[in-house]
Amino acid sequence: MEQKTKIHAEDGKQDLTITREFDLPLELLFKAYEEPNIVEQWMGTKVLKLENKKHGSYQFETTDPKGNKHGFNGVIHEFVPTEKITRTFEMENTPASAYRFPIQLEFLEFEKLTDATSKLTMHILYRSVADRDQMLKLPFAQGINMAHNRIQDILNPLK
Amino acid sequence: MNLRRDVFQAIADPTRRAILLLVASQAMTAGAIAANFDTARPTVSKHLQILTECELLQQQQNGREIYYHLNALKMKEVDDFIEPFRQMWDDRFNKLEAIMKNYKTEK
Repeated sequence: MEQKTKIHAEDGKQDLTITREFDLPLELLFKAYEEPNIVEQWMGTKVLKLENKKHGSYQFETTDPKGNKHGFNGVIHEFVPTEKITRTFEMENTPASAYRFPIQLEFLEFEKLTDATSKLTMHILYRSVADRDQMLKLPFAQGINMAHNRIQDILNPLK
Repeated sequence: MNLRRDVFQAIADPTRRAILLLVASQAMTAGAIAANFDTARPTVSKHLQILTECELLQQQQNGREIYYHLNALKMKEVDDFIEPFRQMWDDRFNKLEAIMKNYKTEK
């Protein structure tokens, strides 16, 4: 079965492309990025601020299962309804001990396929190849964590 | 006897997964990695050796210290590395799709 969400990340490059086809009309897909209360639902985050306009900015906050808050923010450079969003993305409050992610640049393009389907292309540029690969590793690390709870059994007694 | 090392063998062991988890956030020396486990230091060394042999970890000389870090390329090669990233976005987008389908019918 063909995967609906695809990642294109070439070795040694500092960018990647995420593409996804939706069983949704273009207008509804775009609305999911435009309306703060809908963004909150599918991103699983609190929207503190979302100014959908050139030179506008946004601020999101997620709470992890341990109750720690994580902030994300960025500036919007282009906002053309049902067409494109160009924005920066920054992770806040990364602990000094952990890898610090520089700000990244995101180009989101929305396309109509049919009256009932649409496509999103997300092109993300990182500051360096290492930064991109580090970002790709995050869910891998979290995935190991979640899929194998035994790790906790190993790590906990050692703290 | 030198067994062929592959990625799946490497991640089949919980201690090795824990090691990968540790170095995923930052490069670490063998000593710093071992300090996180109450298993004997030689056991941890053996795990590091296996992870290095199957190229999931890479060694980097930094002055007198050797740092271990995750080999991103190898992880990607076997899809174990990029797949969780793809899955994360796929889950998000599935949610978006489900929410907007409801939104459509509510109207």
